[in-house]
Amino acid sequence: MMDYATLLQVLDTTLRLATPLLLACLAGLYSERAGIFDIGLEGKMLAAAMAAGAAAALTGSAWAGLLAGIGASLVFAALHGVASITFRGNQLISGVALNFLSSGITVLVAQALFRQGGRTPPLTGNARFNPITLPGAEALRDIPVIGPLYYEVISGHSILVYMAFSIVPLTWWVLFRTRFGLRLRAVGENPAAVDTAGVSVVALRFAAVGITGILCGLAGAYMATALQAGFGREMTAGRGYIALAALIFAKWRPVAAMWACLLFGFFQALALRPDVVQAVVQVKVPVPFLDALPYILTVLVLAGFVGKAIPPRAGGEPYVKER
Amino acid sequence: MDRLPRWADVVLVPLISLLFAAIISALVLLAIGQSPVEAFKVMATGAVGSAYGWGYTLYYATSFIFTGLAVTVAFHAGLFNIGGEGQAQLGGLGVALVCLSLPWPHWTLALLAATAGAALFGAAWAAIPAYLQAKRGSHIVITTIMFNYIAAALLVYLLVDVLRPAGQMDPASARFPVGAKLPALNDIPGFDLIFTKPVPANVTLFVALGMAVVVWAILWRTRLGYQMRAFGKSEAAAKYAGINPVRITIIAMLLSGALAGMMSINNVMGEAERLLQNSSEGAGFIGIAVALMGRNHPIGVVLAALLFGFLYQGGAELGLWTSIPIEMRIVVQGLVILFTGALDVMVRMILQRIFGLFRSFKAAGVA
Repeated sequence: MMDYATLLQVLDTTLRLATPLLLACLAGLYSERAGIFDIGLEGKMLAAAMAAGAAAALTGSAWAGLLAGIGASLVFAALHGVASITFRGNQLISGVALNFLSSGITVLVAQALFRQGGRTPPLTGNARFNPITLPGAEALRDIPVIGPLYYEVISGHSILVYMAFSIVPLTWWVLFRTRFGLRLRAVGENPAAVDTAGVSVVALRFAAVGITGILCGLAGAYMATALQAGFGREMTAGRGYIALAALIFAKWRPVAAMWACLLFGFFQALALRPDVVQAVVQVKVPVPFLDALPYILTVLVLAGFVGKAIPPRAGGEPYVKER
Repeated sequence: MDRLPRWADVVLVPLISLLFAAIISALVLLAIGQSPVEAFKVMATGAVGSAYGWGYTLYYATSFIFTGLAVTVAFHAGLFNIGGEGQAQLGGLGVALVCLSLPWPHWTLALLAATAGAALFGAAWAAIPAYLQAKRGSHIVITTIMFNYIAAALLVYLLVDVLRPAGQMDPASARFPVGAKLPALNDIPGFDLIFTKPVPANVTLFVALGMAVVVWAILWRTRLGYQMRAFGKSEAAAKYAGINPVRITIIAMLLSGALAGMMSINNVMGEAERLLQNSSEGAGFIGIAVALMGRNHPIGVVLAALLFGFLYQGGAELGLWTSIPIEMRIVVQGLVILFTGALDVMVRMILQRIFGLFRSFKAAGVA
């Protein structure tokens, strides 16, 4: 069995690894709920990570890095919007293209700026988002069970982690309790109806794609300035696709998305501790299997073996106004 | 808006898209303080300036023909197969198992068996997403992406824990027997007059060209091909005409997966002569760019594969001789996919404007 201290360690890692997944997953949620498929989450995260790493290194401020990351991600979001909304291009192909573009251009720019083999310089001090201790964590530490849980797992993360998790209820509220959210969901299901009601489909979809850009920017900035200390080539390592998987797993719902990202983050945390896994299940589990688990689970969900995942009805379809 | 003449649609649209991609690439190079002219010179010299360079360009092109055809076949049936990468890696596993199973007496036998193995494994890896799409309505794009990652994990496991010979450090299979060695172009009488130095391009090139003909024949000269194209154009109409959607989806994806898998006889059998991690090195994804650029026609695919072979060899030369990172080729690849696949409507609109102007000039001249 696993002792309590180890469990807390694994959960702490889970939270840190789930954060970029969660931000990217919520990013995809806005876009896809508005009827724009986005398999370019990965590219936007990567661009944001590079911009954040570079800006933080140049200015020494993590917040400047965050802004730069959001800016870079928004540029890619705008390109996706122009291709898939304005020119009614194939949204999937646009996403694939932008992922490649980002994969290459991040290394080119980082290399041109710093000449360190496509990386940005290591960040220290205020150039990173440092862990913050939540109020009372020290005082409550000695209370059995709950104290260490609060101190080790809940407290001691960077501000971006807490932001990510507070965006979950915020997203729920925006989507299901505001007029904007209602219209956003409607434009993903039946854009013609929204158009008939006199609301601009194009503006709504661009707004959704813009929110996706901002959230991917947060995800990428977190990667380079909080989870790690700087940008390295391909540092997102498929997280954009895991987020996409989580989104499907969660059937495009914000709270479920959080649980899915925590689950996938937990798998990633376990993949870092094969010794713990072996101790618990008493069999040697190959690490690649743990790496592949999120993808395997998503395929099972897609196959309809674990409930049915029905995407927004107008997803992927460019909207053509009737003449 | 007037329609474009057919020749303009077939020839001009891809060329203008390519031009846009080239212009943006040049701007990117200028932005990072490099000279686009110098870069192009280095690429051209390295990729097509010598027989040795051509040996590499053709080697890459061979892989891209396979993966480009794979994407093309699926596209015609209305399916977007992003899983070429995983299918190619599984194809590599098929090649490795075949090559390692027997002390092959002659490369021709080994090539036949390995091709079958590669096609079978590639097709098998496409079969599950195909079935899920056909029977369960799971989106093929998402499932094939997931299968790429599952394939990568599976191969890491197999190479580290199963196929790696005892005592070897790096995660790779054993070296293939000598009898399974494919002749490179410099080993073939006649070609050895041109290719005097050893090059990676090998007989697989001819298999690839043969497959281009086969794909053309299937798509435009058989009932199955007609059904696939009809299904791709309009699912509802095809169903009404009695075409079985499940059957067509599965057959198209099996063909596509088999083609992607077959690229592994080029790199795994023809070049590395053992199975390495990430053997396909992104060629599966380049198939998307090649198919889009080649307008989903085998002739176009072969030409686009040559272009990307040039880009890949040229890009490697950039990484070698200049301070431009090798990743430049991924930027160009992304731009080509963007302009030919997602912004094609924009390119067409621009062309239609220009043609419209021409027409009004003509009308004015006549009057």
